[in-house]
Formats: sequence, C-alpha cells, structure tokens
Amino acid sequence: MAKLKVDGKEIEVPDHFTLLQACEEAGAEVPRFCFHERLSVAGNCRMCLVEVKGGPPKPAASCAMGVRDIRGGPNGELPEVYTNTPMVKKAREGVMEFLLINHPLDCPICDQGGECDLQDQAMAFGIDSSRYTEDKRAVEDKYIGPLVKTEMNRCIHCTRCVRFTTEVAGIAELGLIGRGEDAEITTYLEQAMTSELQGNVVDLCPVGALTSKPFAFTARPWELGKTESIDVMDALGSAIRVDTRGREVMRIMPRVNEQINEEWISDKSRFIWDGLKTQRLDRPYVRRDGRLQPASWADAFGAIKAAVSATTGDKIGAIAGDLASVEEMYALRELIRSLGSENLDCRQDGAALYPVLGRSTYLFNATIEGIEQADALLIVGANPRFEAAVLNARIRKRWRRGGFPIGVIGEGGELRYDYDYLGAGTDTLSDFVAGNGSFVEKLKAASRPLIIVGQGALTGVNGAEVLANAAKLAVDVGTITEGWNGFSVLHTAASRVGALDLGFVPGEGGKNAAAMVASMDVLFLLGADEVDFSAKGAKFTVYIGSHGDNGAMNADVILPAAAYTEKSGTWVNTEGRVQMGNRANFPPGDAREDWAIIRALSDTLGKRLPFDSLPALRKALYAAHPHFAEIDEIAAGNPEDVIALSKKAGKMSSSGFTPAVKDFYLTNPIARASKVMAECSALARNNFKAAAE
Amino acid sequence: MLKDQDRIFTNIYGLKDKSLKGAMARGHWDGTKQLLEMGRDWIINEVKNSGLRGRGGAGFPTGLKWSFMPKESDGRPHYLVVNADESEPGTCKDREIMRHDPHTLIEGCVIASFAMGAHHAYIYVRGEFMREREALQAAIDECYEAGLLGKNNKLGYDIDIVVHHGAGAYICGEETALLESLEGKKGQPRLKPPFPANMGLYGCPTTVNNVESIAVTPTILRRGAGWYASFGRANNTGTKLFSISGHVNRPCTVEESMSITFEELIEKHCGGIRGGWDNLLAVIPGGSSVPCVPGEQIRNAIMDYDGLRELGSGLGTAAVIVMDKSTDIVKAIWRLSAFYKHESCGQCTPCREGTGWMMRVMDRMVKGNAQKREIDMLFQVTKQVEGHTICALGDAAAWPIQGLIKHFRPVMEARIDEYTRNAVAHGVVMEAAE
Repeated sequence: MAKLKVDGKEIEVPDHFTLLQACEEAGAEVPRFCFHERLSVAGNCRMCLVEVKGGPPKPAASCAMGVRDIRGGPNGELPEVYTNTPMVKKAREGVMEFLLINHPLDCPICDQGGECDLQDQAMAFGIDSSRYTEDKRAVEDKYIGPLVKTEMNRCIHCTRCVRFTTEVAGIAELGLIGRGEDAEITTYLEQAMTSELQGNVVDLCPVGALTSKPFAFTARPWELGKTESIDVMDALGSAIRVDTRGREVMRIMPRVNEQINEEWISDKSRFIWDGLKTQRLDRPYVRRDGRLQPASWADAFGAIKAAVSATTGDKIGAIAGDLASVEEMYALRELIRSLGSENLDCRQDGAALYPVLGRSTYLFNATIEGIEQADALLIVGANPRFEAAVLNARIRKRWRRGGFPIGVIGEGGELRYDYDYLGAGTDTLSDFVAGNGSFVEKLKAASRPLIIVGQGALTGVNGAEVLANAAKLAVDVGTITEGWNGFSVLHTAASRVGALDLGFVPGEGGKNAAAMVASMDVLFLLGADEVDFSAKGAKFTVYIGSHGDNGAMNADVILPAAAYTEKSGTWVNTEGRVQMGNRANFPPGDAREDWAIIRALSDTLGKRLPFDSLPALRKALYAAHPHFAEIDEIAAGNPEDVIALSKKAGKMSSSGFTPAVKDFYLTNPIARASKVMAECSALARNNFKAAAE
Repeated sequence: MLKDQDRIFTNIYGLKDKSLKGAMARGHWDGTKQLLEMGRDWIINEVKNSGLRGRGGAGFPTGLKWSFMPKESDGRPHYLVVNADESEPGTCKDREIMRHDPHTLIEGCVIASFAMGAHHAYIYVRGEFMREREALQAAIDECYEAGLLGKNNKLGYDIDIVVHHGAGAYICGEETALLESLEGKKGQPRLKPPFPANMGLYGCPTTVNNVESIAVTPTILRRGAGWYASFGRANNTGTKLFSISGHVNRPCTVEESMSITFEELIEKHCGGIRGGWDNLLAVIPGGSSVPCVPGEQIRNAIMDYDGLRELGSGLGTAAVIVMDKSTDIVKAIWRLSAFYKHESCGQCTPCREGTGWMMRVMDRMVKGNAQKREIDMLFQVTKQVEGHTICALGDAAAWPIQGLIKHFRPVMEARIDEYTRNAVAHGVVMEAAE
C-alpha cells in the first residue's frame, strides 16, 4: 500500500494504482479521454494532468504515473498531488481548447450528443469561447463496416478504438496512420472490420467519431427509456441495457458485469434490435386448407383442444427453443406432464447432455471469471469466437498475460489468439485419454487446467461418449482439485442450462426432439426453430413464439408470443448463473407473454395450471427448484458428478467435431429477421470482399 | 582557442585517412583493452569526473546516466543505443563524425557497452544519412575483420554493433520514439516513467546516448578526466563540436573548448559576421529548438549550457544559426514552426493541435495580417503547449516563438501596422470577402 495526499486529503491505495485512480479514490474528479480501465495506458489526450508537489515544474499525466513513481518530501512528508490548483486548471483549459479547435460544432446533429465525454468535459473544464480563427481541419470519413459509422472530423485521436481492437478483440485492422495533425484513424484499405466485438468501439469512442450505424439519427439518448436486462443471443447472459422509445426498442447497450461480460457485448447482442421489429407474429394463425390463416385466440385454442383430445398422452410432446426463459418452460413442462406425457426436450441439436448425470456435467464449472485463473486450456469441439464472442475475449485476455498454452481439438480457424491445433475429432481425444500427446503433459503440468467442451463435440452419434471421455481426460490431467473444477461445457443456447436444470428432457419412456418431430400426434414448439423439420412426421404442430421462422412455417397453429425484451424472465447462463431479464417494451399486436399463453391454454385443455400471475408462477417454480430464486448466483455443481461421469468413458467411433455455430450472425429467429445481421453475415461469407466497393 | 593536440576529432574534415589504419595512426583504438581492464566502475567514474554532459541537446551528465543501468543483469540483456538521428535544423556534427571519423564512435560504443554490461549496441542512423551510414558500416566491417568486434574478439569483451537506418522522421531522434522505431513500431515517444534504463529496447535496460557523447569517451579515458575537465567552466567542461551556419563569412563545424565566447568562436573560425558585427540581427545558439537571442546580447555570451541559459536560451546541440539584418526574423521563425508542425508525431493533443495552430498564426504574422492582441494569444498558446506534452517536441516548437515574441515584438507589431495601413490599397477587403 502507498500513502499519499490528494488535495490535502491523506489516502492509502494499493501500490499498482495510478495517480488518476488514487485521485478518484480520494474523491477528486479527473477528466480523461484516452484513459480506459480495461485498455493499455496511452497517456496521449493530456486531459488528466495533475500537479505533483516537488516534481518538475510542469503538470504530470495522472493516468500514466504510478503512485510509487512520485516521491515525498525530504523529511518523510507524504507525496502530494493536487487536482485543484491554478496550474491544473490552466492545463485542462489549454488541452480542452486544443481538442476543440479542430472539433466541428456538430453537437446538434451528432448522435453522441447527450452522452459525449467531450461535450460534458467541455462544460465542466473548458472555456466559453474560441480563440481559433483559422480554418478547421477536415478529415474524410472512412468505411469500417456496416455496424460502425464514422465521422472522422470529430475524432480526437485518443486511440481507444485502436487499443480495443488490437488488445481485446485481437484484430490488427484499425490503426492510426499519418502523423501530426494529419493523423487519421482508419482500416487503411477501408475494409470492414472482421471482429465480432467491433460494436464496442462505439461505446469506447469518447466523441461522436464512431457511432452506431443502424442507430444513426433515430433517437436522442435523453428521450429513451432504459431497462436493465439480460442478453439471450448466446449462453453467456451478458448484462445489457435495452433503450426504448414508446413501444419500440431503439438500441441495446452493454452494462458492466465483471463476472460475465466486463463491459463488452458481441455485435449480435448489440445490433439485433431491428430483428425485433420484423417478421413478428402479432396474431394467432390456424392452418386451414393447407394455409396458415389469421385466427382469433379462441379459434386457435379450439383447434389445439380438438387435436389434444383426439390423441393420448404418449403422443403429445414439447420442444423448448434456444431463447425460452425458465418460467415458460416450467409452465409448459407442467402442462405436458399433466397431459400424461414425458415427451419433453430442450436439446434441439441433440446434444448429449443429461441432467441425471449431475449439474456439474453440463455447466461451465470454471466460471467465466475463472478463465483468468486458468494456466492451460484445451478446447474440445468448440469455437468460442463464434459461440461466445465475449468469453473468447476473456480467453484472449488471459492468453495475453502469457504462460497459457492453448490447444484445440475440432474445427480450428482464426480464434484471435495463438493455439496448438491438435486434431479434428474423436481420434485425437481418445489418444489424449490414453495419455499420449505433448499437450496432455502441458495440461498435467498446469495447476489449474481448463477444458472447454463445446456443443459441436456433443452432437452426433458419439455425443455421450465424447462427454464421458472429456470428463475422463479432465479427471486424468487434474482439472478437478480442491477449489478448482476446470471441466467446462460451453453452451450456445441461452435457455439450455435453465431447461436442463428444470429437467426439460425426456422422462421415463419419453422421446427426444428428433423422435418427437418424426412421430408425435401433437407437438408443441416453444420458440423451437433450430430443429431439423425435413423428416417431420408430427401431425399437429403448435408453435408458440415471436418470429415467423422455421418453426412457424411448419406449424398448424401459431400462438404469438413475446421476444426476450418484452417479458420478464429468468435465464441461466452457461456457468449456471441464474439471471433475471426485465421487460423493456410490449409484444406487438395480439402477442402475449409465453407463460400467460400456456396458462390460458391449460384452462382450455381442462388442466388449469395453479398460478394466475408471474409471481405465483415463480413461487411454484422456486418451491420445486429453489436455486432459481438465487438471482445472479451460481449454485455450483458437485465435482463428484464429473468423476462419476469419467468412469463411464468408453470407446468412441471415429468422427470429426462439427462447429455448433455455422453462421455467427444468424443463430436464432430474431437474428434471422434482422437486416443488419443479414448484411454482416453476407460480408462474413464473402470474406469481406464486398466491403471494398 | 583549442590547441590542435587537444582535439578529439582529428579528422573531422575528412582530410586524412579515415580507415582503421589511419584512425590507429591518429591514436584511436590505442590501449582499448587496457581501458576495459580498468573495470566498469573506473570507466563510469572517469566519465563522471570529466563532467561530460550529453551532447544531444539536453545536457544530462553522461556518467550519471550510465550509472543508472543495473549493475547486475536480472536475466534481461542490456543494450546501448546510439542516437545518430541527427535531424535538428542547423545541426551537422554527428554526420561529420560518422563519415570522417567513425572509429571514435565505434571505439566509444565498445567502451560504453562494456561500462553498462551490454553486448549489443545499436546505432540508429537518420534516414537521409546515406553516405554516413555507408562510411560507418564500412568502418564497422573493418573492425570485425580486424577482430575488434564480435564474439571472442581481441579486446576480450563480446560486442556486436548493428547500424540501423531510420526512415527520416525527426521525432525518432527522441530517445523513446527512437526505441519504438528500432523495435519496428511507429516512431512515437513513450510515456516516462518507466525510463529506458529500466525498460528500454524490447523492455530491457537500455541507455540512449548521442553520437558525440559516445565518441569522446575513449579519448577522455586515455587522456584522463582531469584533462577533459580542464576545458571550459565548472559544470560545463570539455570540448564540443560547434556547427555554425547562416550569415557568417565561413560557416563550419569546429571542435572548440566549451565556454568560449560567441565573439571568439565566430572571429576565430568563421571569419566574422557577414557585414560586420553591427549587421548581426539574432542568433539561435543551439539548434532550432532553443529561443533566439538578439545580436547585441549574444556577442559576449559564453557558449556553454549555463551561460546560454542565463540569456534565456540554451546550448542545445551547439548548432549556431547566425542571422544578419537581411533576415526576415518573423519568417525565419515561421519556417521553424512549419518544421515542427510537419514533424509532430500526432500522439498527444497539445503538440498535435498546437503546432498547426501556431504555424497558422505565424503564417499571418509573416504578412502582418493579424491583430496585435493575437501576439499575446500566440504567446499563451505556446505556453499551453510547453510542458504539457509527452516528449520535448512540444517545448521545442514553443520556444522559438517565445524567443521571437520576447525579443522582436516591435518587429511583429510594425509588420501588422504596415499591413493594416496598406489594407485598403492592397485589396484586403476582397480577401476578407472571399
């Protein structure tokens, strides 16, 4: 700990603190542009200048000066820092004036207006007039992709975007070219950036140089309602804030959650919102004469009742989709069971995950924050870059610190960090389980090895065996120790862990998703759009969901439901962390919240569910599954389950692992309805060649 | 006047043989092995006692700088980097050493590397110095052949010297920008601390020295710290290469004793001021980065670090730029502003924005197309740049203008008056309307 005085106030801070952090600790506000807690220190904006007593007779950049770098007086006086002296005031005014001389007076038409660091700090630390009478600098706008709009006249060269893309996102595509006042931020060839995290530069940019292209000129920040919620585009459950105006979602922003997403979100989470407005199911439909035709709720329920009464319980089944919340899956499970059926499944892709094996066999046990403690990583059949872009940034963060060997079995490809490519599938894994291969030695040498098992490894005929073998490898190399469980399953669907926790899988004699699609008399699809309908033999299909996608196409009755921003719901992320999302706006037209639809339907079917409100539903849910009540907490799985699983490891047939996410931008019905995502997907498919035009 | 036998650079004009043989004939490479055998501490002490101050402009005591290097390596290699990116306008001393007397520098590199435990020395040569690099490289090759450099050499200390050719950016003469450039990155100064002695080239302890500072050390060690300290005043000891350019009768680069008076320097070596002393307008005594001094103040000035600081200027690189009364002093300083605007790296705000602003105001000052109050504003802008930047380029851009305003304000005001008086006749109204 280091002791120092800030503006006469004595404080004690850790040795690694910078003066800026120390000043904040002491309650003194220090303006800054280039400094960002999660990026390297650039020290180039010069806005954070403070006076250091006894130092050289010039102000020091507080963001770059450590508390141990300054000295106290000769008689043991504490080092002193001032943020309120005339020297500091003059320095700030001077720097602010320099920043503004070439900054256009765009504020009235600038999308950053209202949440602009430059605007705010100019009010607080600037002077009221300009002495600059020369011509202002003009800079050409650059094309850097369909997501980020540039207005380069406004750039203040803080290089936050450059540091983010190189350090966090791991791409060397954005840089500062030229020098002096001709320096410009650009991708040089004006190609689109290829990162899945590029949208974060919009938040990082302290001025309006980089703004959200899809959000451009649509709303002002102060007229938006802000709802804190949870993202469902992947299984991380990143913390988001949904900004709405009236009934409309205008944009989605990240919130800070150190345990999951720090303050980044993927482009899919951020730019998905236009998908919430298109392809929406806003009224019930019933298939008549081979065509889906608009109907009333009563007609739709009547048709379902007729179908249900015409069959027996064992020919009724339900599949839960990737975006469903725990509440509606609970309601649906209760309904299906009350109809005398055990045909339930949440694993649309057929992944071999079984709740009976214990919770730790399907959780990301190491936790996302735990990645930073790991000292070796083996990725089995996962591509974290596409399956969980923000988690991938965390892996990269750990990798940048060094001493972190990474091995990949599976598809490989560009992951944003260096790794050893070890093999394509089960052969390599069995080799490893047998104890061969130099990478096994690296895992054994590590004190906290981490093994990430992706969904790509768990689908197909070998799924169950791969899971068991991965568990055996994990136990063999010592991933399960006191206080560390490195056996981590990476999910891609936001609903999956919650569904597995609920036991939304085939019960005694029940059929799985593929068998249900093939043979049910009545099949309920709760937002399930990723199942393969090509072999569909199910007679009467009910689709409860928000978007007209695969599931709705194949349905006989469509019940329009709410998308994730339109309902309050619980989701459990890949770590097993229970989180609650909040309602930011209302579903369109006649659409209703899913649980309410299921509750109303249960009444029609004569199996009335015992709750009339969401709180009542939750009360019943928490009574049956107490861990769902622990919001933001992880109910850790028992490592013994992994050990037990490892004993079941048997021989695998030879096969390669297929990627779980084929197109990052089009993984769910909302994304497929989004024009922005379609554009990104097209760019990514064409290897970004079209961008140059 | 410095006697010929006291000159360190005996072939500064290239009139003699610059080969290894020739250099040895003039006394270089004499007893180098014995000097190394005296040990690190002795070398650093001798350099400290000689009072040698860095010849690159800042004047930091060289021996002290060397002593900052860790005594024992913590596993990281140590590096010596020689700053031969001599780009300061008016300065032309290092190039003379490199092309005519390269062995002084090479021998100095060996001794300095030994003194700080470095086995690699890098010489970063300015991009425009083609012939200088060739001469230096040829001399290094000669030394390798003669067994003076490389592994298991005759001197008993493994040392490799690498000549690196820059790309011609002024900012790469700043020591940390030079290190960045040497590492293959964009030449932008680093934040200090950490200082290079702790985290320099590739994150290893590094000392960056000017060519002249390194080149003089072998002779200092051979002839003794006392000999070197006998030149000049206390705290400003030694000999120095002065490069005198501008309106003197015979511009030249010459090695002289420190603390020589300006008048003696000019009269002895340059044949006096063009048109006589009454024709002297101003002098920039230390390369473009220091404020100018009016002619009447400089005549008896003592040319050393402290003497010129008293005049509100500095010795800098001892590049004396002499301007007689035919000079448009405002335009001369504008040219320097244009230079700094062009060479600013663009990393930090005050310098990036300030150099352009200053140049544009100076642009108008040259014509007189300005308000008198803008002179004060210009002064304030220079003060806003000075001391607020990462490196010293901001200061260097600010000082010439501060010197101009301090000493030649009446000239600037007269220019403005003149322009204003002729405003109507010369179509300024049209200009303003455009």
